[in-house]
Amino acid sequence: MEPLIASSTLADMAGLLALSPPGWGGTLLHGLANSIVIALGAFGFGLILGTLGAYGKLYGGPVVRDLMAVYTTLVRAVPDLVLILALNFAGVDLFNQLMLSLGYDRVQPNGLILGILVLGVVQGAYSTEVIRGAILAVPPGQIEAARAYGMPTLLQMRRVTLPLMLSNAIPGMANLWLIATKDTALLALVSVKELTLMTQQAAATTKAYFTFFLAAGLLYLLISLVSERLFALLERRARRGQPSLNVDG
Amino acid sequence: MKALLQPHRMVMIALAAAFVIWCALALRWDWVLSVNPDTGKYVYLTLAAQGIWRTIWILIVTATLGFVFAIPLGLAQAIGPWYFSYPARWFCTLIRGTPLLLQLWLIYYGLGSLFPSIPGIRDSWMWPYLRQAWPYAVIALTFSFAGYEGEVMRGAFKGVPRGQLEAARAFGMPSFTILRRIWLPLAIQRALPTLGGETVLQLKATPLVATITVIDIYSVASRVRRDLLITYEPLLLLALIYLILTGIIVLAFRWLERRVPTRVA
Repeated sequence: MEPLIASSTLADMAGLLALSPPGWGGTLLHGLANSIVIALGAFGFGLILGTLGAYGKLYGGPVVRDLMAVYTTLVRAVPDLVLILALNFAGVDLFNQLMLSLGYDRVQPNGLILGILVLGVVQGAYSTEVIRGAILAVPPGQIEAARAYGMPTLLQMRRVTLPLMLSNAIPGMANLWLIATKDTALLALVSVKELTLMTQQAAATTKAYFTFFLAAGLLYLLISLVSERLFALLERRARRGQPSLNVDG
Repeated sequence: MKALLQPHRMVMIALAAAFVIWCALALRWDWVLSVNPDTGKYVYLTLAAQGIWRTIWILIVTATLGFVFAIPLGLAQAIGPWYFSYPARWFCTLIRGTPLLLQLWLIYYGLGSLFPSIPGIRDSWMWPYLRQAWPYAVIALTFSFAGYEGEVMRGAFKGVPRGQLEAARAFGMPSFTILRRIWLPLAIQRALPTLGGETVLQLKATPLVATITVIDIYSVASRVRRDLLITYEPLLLLALIYLILTGIIVLAFRWLERRVPTRVA
């Protein structure tokens, strides 16, 4: 027991987590920044795909609807890890074959961009369902009124449907954002330099597994708690002017 | 059947069939049936069967254990006094706020590096288990399922109509009988659709155990990729296996839901 307690005193932990090079704090924060960038990018890309998907599912023709159903079912049934692997190996391979056939050189895509694309495709499937549900919860009279005034589709979307569905979609979107932040950890397995991979490297080098994993856990928890607050504020703003429902539980 | 006979669906089915045929003809599948010349057994088929079996039992064991833990977690948050409800809420927040991969590595590498320094542990009956990877995988996945399900069960327990519980109390049922006969069954009935979705999510979390050297089906596919230097074939098969497993879970929960009579307005 003796060496264990001695090696995990608070002073040593502070030394290991120091920001400048002998400590690994800076490396962890760099990983955290990468994780946040990937999560933001994937969340945004997913929302774009989700909005397109929801409109396709609701208003598209029979072919578009079926294609969207295939997309959401496939992505939601196959583990994220397998999809990440598939896009990392097969996707890059296909892209390079395309580049070679067009007469360009092979490229090794940037880890951040790859992460954003893969997680964005996964997020897109989930946000399709969230946004579809939220649009369905908009009182149909509002959209009919906009249509009756002869509003073009895009204007109708920007002025009526999207603002009205936002308050319904925010709880689901908050959930998706939390999933996005946690899914970035999976990218550690395809060597994207995000927080979990950096933590693992720091821990493996110093053998101080508990210190680093707990520190990283705290950082992830901090993201979750802060973003829960932010989304609560956002929902309050999106619901301004609506009568409170006082629904409990 | 009629739904499948619409013209655009027939075209899509034909395209899908063409894709399957192209996969079967253009890709390499001979390795699936490759036989070890020394032992005369299928190499990858045996591995895959073992991997699928391991994925399934990890899923069943962790989902069952996790659900058993989720009941007290949900109860504590729904009606418990603060010294039960606060720790329960914190446990759920901690589990839901951090990535499962990090939790898994914390338990495997963190606890795993701590245990050997405890004096006498190498001689105890636990040591043979502590040296393997799967107990850590089961613990991490169970905690994760319990954390998410604790939150679901909290809502489900709160959503049971008060009149049911009051009627049970009026009959003079002891509290534990009320929980066993009335409250828990009604709560589970409300939570069943969510539980089905969460079980699919748990299946999708199982490949993470491959990162701590548990050989599940995902890990078998990675091994095929490394051994034979082929990319597409094992990935396609792997995706197909997970699709089938997801389908089975969805059907099983649909069957369970149908067994519970509900009034549809």
